[in-house]
Amino acid sequence: MKHGKYPLILTFLVPPLLLYVVFVVSPYLQAFQISTTDWMGYSAQADPVGLANFKALWHDDYVWNALRNNVVLLALVPVLTIALGLFFATMLSMGGRRGRAGVTGVRGGAFYRTVYFFPQVLSVVIIAALWKEVLHPTSGLFNGTLRAVGLSGPSWLGDPRFAFWCVLAVMVWANVGFYVVLFGAAMSAIPREIYEAVLLDGASRWTTLRRITIPLLWDTVQVAWIYLAIAALDGFILVQLMTNGGPNFSSDVIGVRMYDTAFGSETKFGYASAIGVVMFFLTLSVAVLALRAGRRERIELS
Amino acid sequence: MDRRDILRRGAAAGLLATPAAGLLAGCATGGGGDSGDGKVYKGTKSAQNPLGVAEDAPLEVVIFSGGFGEEYAKAHEAMYTAHHPKAKIKHSATQEISKTLQPRFVDGTPPDVVNNSGAGQIDFNGLVSQNALADLGELLAAPSLDVPGKTVRDTLLPGAVEVGSYDDRFLVMNYTYTVYGIWHSTKLFADRGWEYAKTWDEHIALCKKIKAAGVAPWTYAGKHPRYMSWPLISTAIKFGGTSVAVAIDNLEPNAWRSDAMRTAADAWHQIVKDKLILDGSPGLDHVQSQTAWCQGKAAFISCGSWLENEQKAVTPAGFNMTVAPTPSLGAGDKLPFEAVRGTAGEPFMVPAKARNVAGGLEFFRTMLSKQGAQDFTRKVASLTVVAGATEGVELPYGLSTVVKALDASGDNGFNWVYNNYYRKLERNLVDAACGEFFSGRIGPAEFLDQCQKGADSIAQDSSVKKYKRSA
Repeated sequence: MKHGKYPLILTFLVPPLLLYVVFVVSPYLQAFQISTTDWMGYSAQADPVGLANFKALWHDDYVWNALRNNVVLLALVPVLTIALGLFFATMLSMGGRRGRAGVTGVRGGAFYRTVYFFPQVLSVVIIAALWKEVLHPTSGLFNGTLRAVGLSGPSWLGDPRFAFWCVLAVMVWANVGFYVVLFGAAMSAIPREIYEAVLLDGASRWTTLRRITIPLLWDTVQVAWIYLAIAALDGFILVQLMTNGGPNFSSDVIGVRMYDTAFGSETKFGYASAIGVVMFFLTLSVAVLALRAGRRERIELS
Repeated sequence: MDRRDILRRGAAAGLLATPAAGLLAGCATGGGGDSGDGKVYKGTKSAQNPLGVAEDAPLEVVIFSGGFGEEYAKAHEAMYTAHHPKAKIKHSATQEISKTLQPRFVDGTPPDVVNNSGAGQIDFNGLVSQNALADLGELLAAPSLDVPGKTVRDTLLPGAVEVGSYDDRFLVMNYTYTVYGIWHSTKLFADRGWEYAKTWDEHIALCKKIKAAGVAPWTYAGKHPRYMSWPLISTAIKFGGTSVAVAIDNLEPNAWRSDAMRTAADAWHQIVKDKLILDGSPGLDHVQSQTAWCQGKAAFISCGSWLENEQKAVTPAGFNMTVAPTPSLGAGDKLPFEAVRGTAGEPFMVPAKARNVAGGLEFFRTMLSKQGAQDFTRKVASLTVVAGATEGVELPYGLSTVVKALDASGDNGFNWVYNNYYRKLERNLVDAACGEFFSGRIGPAEFLDQCQKGADSIAQDSSVKKYKRSA
């Protein structure tokens, strides 16, 4: 071990570290540096402007508007996704109570599990295209159904009252399946005896979920929370493909703002980097806060 | 400091932990321009080679693969190599121009010819203000490739040079000639006994008749509502004269709230108020709305002359789409009914730091030859900026109506360029205002206020370079 140790460690450690530094750390650092310049993206010239970009950001109504939408996403997407995920996972692994003794899932659980996971298999681009057609104002599934029962639906993505909520709903829909599987897997690690005991005590499903399942799944829920919070602060792909922030900026998010500023209607790479830096700190603080807020005593199962 | 130097030094020293600052200078913004091994190709000018193309210089062409595809460009490249057999052409096509090429612009190694178009188009204001584009003036003065006795400039349609000029420097070669107007199906109109109306009052009356017959008079691309700004601004220009457009292009205070714009917006508000628009249009994108129109669900749609090619797959046989000018507001209009907005479109450029600038210009000369233009029109059913290039080419129905509309319009044709000067103003700000206006959520006065607010925000943005035009 004396001679061979360092070459071995170096061989295995240096290449990935180098890749990480070159492709992850250095772009991050560069974004910070570029955010303090007026770089317009298509020449090598970039003059330092100090914090001017951040000052302009502070007064940019479009950025604030986008940020507001991100806050709504942050408040709702994790809650709804986790609630639905927990509900479905519980029903699938211990929802069935009629007819048989013991703790079982609802009938057809395997089928549901597969169906819920479907959206996770599709790429986000396909999900967006799919829902655009479902929400098509004249020939879409929604308005077609509404028309069949004699109602006329709104133009969904073309209506500022609905566009953002449609995107939010799709975001939840696309994520739930994964968390059903994640929570389901975590639940199967909970000893059956606990549930049987609870059952004998006559606890309702709701009590079981609240008092037994969630406390025992807390670590998993917390991880889910952080992932979803980060996803909610992003939301770029879905929004860009479904509405591109419209109509009239009603479904804009900060990621779309950043993209549009650099690659879309302008070439202000310095300003876009400033938006990126703000996003970085927002995401970081949300993740840290979520970890702090969720800190509870861990329950050992064995 | 230069990117290559840093990399070389870094590699030589075998540095594993290059200081972050060094990387910063090396990667994104510190790129090196045309120093170092950047070889620039130049040949000697002669009567046969007026642009001074180096015979063996390779040429790199990047095409936007959108509605026109890339086959036409390959044909142009073949014509180029026929004249310059020693030149090797590197051809590529992408839908993401800005993302693909941005790093190469920074690095100082851009391709020689770029078709900067589509949704991923690079904002021209940014390119021009950073001096990233080569001056194409020399191309205009060069003799045409196959029209004897004429320079390239002499062979172009009026307005073709102005559109690509910034502060009187010709930087962008817009290759196609696009007519913007209101489209309808000749077949649908003949079947129902309708006739296109020449005045606004008649237009509204016709719309009501169409609605009574169970067809929606109008539809539009609700996701890209700026399509509806085109007929609205056209109406204003025909009412108030071309100075309306100049004021808008020059970001003059209250240009959007001029009397002409106000009158036009009031007129167009009628189709919103009287519900003369297909239900659900605000939720349709351009393809969806154009398809609904092709299916006969709506009678009118606003679009440019690329419409026919874009809708090729879904247009029923015998549909016979026809372009028509916007209806006149009345006898007081400054321009006649026949006046249409015609403009050069589909931008091509030669980056200032391209290795083979002369070759890029020569490639444009090939495109602008009669042979090149005719081949393009034949392949993609679109007009080019080359005058008379449609001679002897059989045009599809829609395009033939475009040619007729252009002829009828003659010297009364008009255009605006604020969308080229300030991409964000049209793509984002006027777009959003049109969405609110044509879905009926705001009235004409608020619509113009919102447009004006957008124009003012651009005017006040010191990081955006401003351009003026006089006529």
